[in-house]
Amino acid sequence: MSTPEASTTKKVQVRRYKPEENPKEHYLNAEKGVWAWMTTIDHKKIGLLYLGSITFFFFVGGMLALLLRTELLTPAQSFIDADVYNQVFTLHGAIMIFFFLVPSVPAALGNFILPLQLGAKDVAFPRLNLASFYIYTIGTIFTLIAIFTGGIDTGWTFYTPYSTQTGTNVLLMTFGIFILGFSSILTGVNFIVTIHKLRAPGLTWNKLPLNVWALYATSIIQVLATPVLAITLLLLVMERALGIGVFDPSIGGDPVLFQHFFWFYSHPAVYIMIVPGFGVISEVISTFSRKVIFGYWAIALSSLAIAFIGFLVWGHHMFVAGQSSLASMVFSFLTFLVGIPTGIKIFNWLATMYKGSIDMKAPMLYAMVFLFLFTIGGFTGIMLGSLAVDIHLHDTYYVVAHFHYVMMGGMVMALLAGLHYWWPKMFGKMYSEFFARISCVIIFIGFNLAFLPQFVMGSQGMPRRYFNYIDQYQAFHQLSTIGAYIMAVGFVIMAGYMIHSLLRGKPASANPWGSRAMEWQTSSPAPHHNFEHIPVIINGPYDYHKPMSEFQLGIAHSTNGHQSFEKVDVNVKSAEEKA
Amino acid sequence: MSETSAETKHPAHLHHHFVDSDQQFESSKMGMWIFLVTEILFFGGLFAAYIVYRAWYPELYLEASQELDAFWGAINTFVLIGSSLTVAMAIRSAQLNQIRGLIINLWITIGLACTFMVIKYFEYAEKLEKGIAPGIYYTYDGLEHEKANIFFSIYYMMTGLHGLHVIIGIGLMLWLVWKAKRGAYHSEYYTPVEITGLYWHLVDVIWIFLFPLLYLID
Ligand SMILES: [Cu+2]
Repeated sequence: MSTPEASTTKKVQVRRYKPEENPKEHYLNAEKGVWAWMTTIDHKKIGLLYLGSITFFFFVGGMLALLLRTELLTPAQSFIDADVYNQVFTLHGAIMIFFFLVPSVPAALGNFILPLQLGAKDVAFPRLNLASFYIYTIGTIFTLIAIFTGGIDTGWTFYTPYSTQTGTNVLLMTFGIFILGFSSILTGVNFIVTIHKLRAPGLTWNKLPLNVWALYATSIIQVLATPVLAITLLLLVMERALGIGVFDPSIGGDPVLFQHFFWFYSHPAVYIMIVPGFGVISEVISTFSRKVIFGYWAIALSSLAIAFIGFLVWGHHMFVAGQSSLASMVFSFLTFLVGIPTGIKIFNWLATMYKGSIDMKAPMLYAMVFLFLFTIGGFTGIMLGSLAVDIHLHDTYYVVAHFHYVMMGGMVMALLAGLHYWWPKMFGKMYSEFFARISCVIIFIGFNLAFLPQFVMGSQGMPRRYFNYIDQYQAFHQLSTIGAYIMAVGFVIMAGYMIHSLLRGKPASANPWGSRAMEWQTSSPAPHHNFEHIPVIINGPYDYHKPMSEFQLGIAHSTNGHQSFEKVDVNVKSAEEKA
Repeated sequence: MSETSAETKHPAHLHHHFVDSDQQFESSKMGMWIFLVTEILFFGGLFAAYIVYRAWYPELYLEASQELDAFWGAINTFVLIGSSLTVAMAIRSAQLNQIRGLIINLWITIGLACTFMVIKYFEYAEKLEKGIAPGIYYTYDGLEHEKANIFFSIYYMMTGLHGLHVIIGIGLMLWLVWKAKRGAYHSEYYTPVEITGLYWHLVDVIWIFLFPLLYLID
């Protein structure tokens, strides 16, 4: 702001900028060639690079899951042996969590959408953003080398002392994830600064889209938790390389200390995975209900509350690891507390839909699936958080089912909602609504068939991570496997119509959903620098009772001589804080 | 928004996605502060390990820290505090547009940082000679405590990681000198100097915690 610091509000001349339909020039064709893609500092393209990577890893992790489920069709060995099985489930977990879930919404969707939602030209540090993508790539290369040089069979949690003693290549794998962590940290730093410093004129904190609030909370967790994972993995690497004796009991270390360190990161990490999903759901529900979001501040602040409480509950993973019973009681109580902000969100979303004009387009359908599955995942989490019940359910399929309901039923559904929602903005193409709904329903059915039986067999005592099992669980395992296959069919259909959309999809309009949010007030696909003007915000992002024209304002240049546009003066709060 | 004048006078150092230099400066500085928070948490994990083992084996820490040379530790503390002063003077020079002063101060800082590393090298060498190595390579028998190797594992992890940060800092400042000689910095633009300075202060502060925690236990 060139005005003196003293005044926080000032007058700017604005006019309406209608987004151009089907622009000839946009970010996808602004630079050409593979090299331009690999060296791009455009946040939108970096988002797409991430999107491509996570799609690849989702495919790999998914194939591994199908392999596991197929093996589990019969109680004894079917076609892979026990050691391979251990490696496969470890890889499934590690890939899905570190290479898919953690970067999915923040790094892929977030990178693409955050500056658009802020009316900024880019993130605060575009080169750092590209660097974080390459750090991610280097991390994955280390991991791939680890897979092909001995694999890893510790489970994605790398618990000591097994991880310090097993013959598999834990060293490279953990080092790869250590590197990956820096990518996550850099994205977090970048987002926090972008949200603080790069908001368009008039975009005050109380007008931020809820997706931005969610990304803000996520970034805070990323920045605060990931370094602790980094040091933990570094200590583990040192333990294996030099035998420093911090975690390995045979040389004087304490394995429970590793669990504390690990979960201090990894519990908040599940919020890194789910909180940005909440943001997507808020956007989708409001847009497709044509209604102002109910309880804006409740949703915004509950993200921060979850981020905060999430740091205080890690001990609930150690109820049976010899933790003092007082500590367990405290952790159990704090775990229950997380349910409150989560419940607040669910109620606010339901209240937003109440008496809205709901349009069950594919993104909204995914949001509904999210609400249903995530609620089940959340409630079963509370059950696992209660001390007595956990003694029974610990390390059973019940935990597996809970985790998948939260992560796949919650996060992946939110990711799919977001992907379908922003797809037109990303590629300027529409997808087949019909097939999108079909595949959503198929995935929903397959998912429940795969994981509901796991709750039952888990509560009956089926331990997780087991290669074979006694006959009484066979029916559940087979149902679960069939469910996994059905889900796979759903994803194949999705891949089909998405590819079709890319190749010969109908061109999308700038704002196909009639949303009031800022990212829809520019053309599809977005221009190279997001907006051809400097957007000015005077309304909240969900003010559906106000006319569209009030959402398309930008600073009117006094020199361009176009008198045909009506110019108005508006007062905007300085978006830039004078710190 | 600086009206249309933003296009007419667009300084070379200003990236296209920022409105003005102020915004760019504030952003970079905030980014560095957040990064420093992650650094503190990174070291925080080691401090947690330190605290846990100290609570379990307090007598081990008393005994083992005798092996560390408090004299040279103290010298190193002064060296680093001195370098923090010179890096602050470097920033001041940049603000006053005194590029020569900026370069000289950076060189002094680099010199002090190297002094620190040399002293550290002799400390390490002396210990390794005696067989005080981390983890399973520990062969020293001058200490009675059976967990003595754990103290030194933690010692090597903490000081090693800190040393790595010092080396990174030296690299950053060499880069600053190179850029400064090419006239990249002036009183209107010295953001990299400022944020490298912030980083350097953190490296200094971490050492100020490490020194008493490791060397001065009694
Ligand atoms: Cu947890």
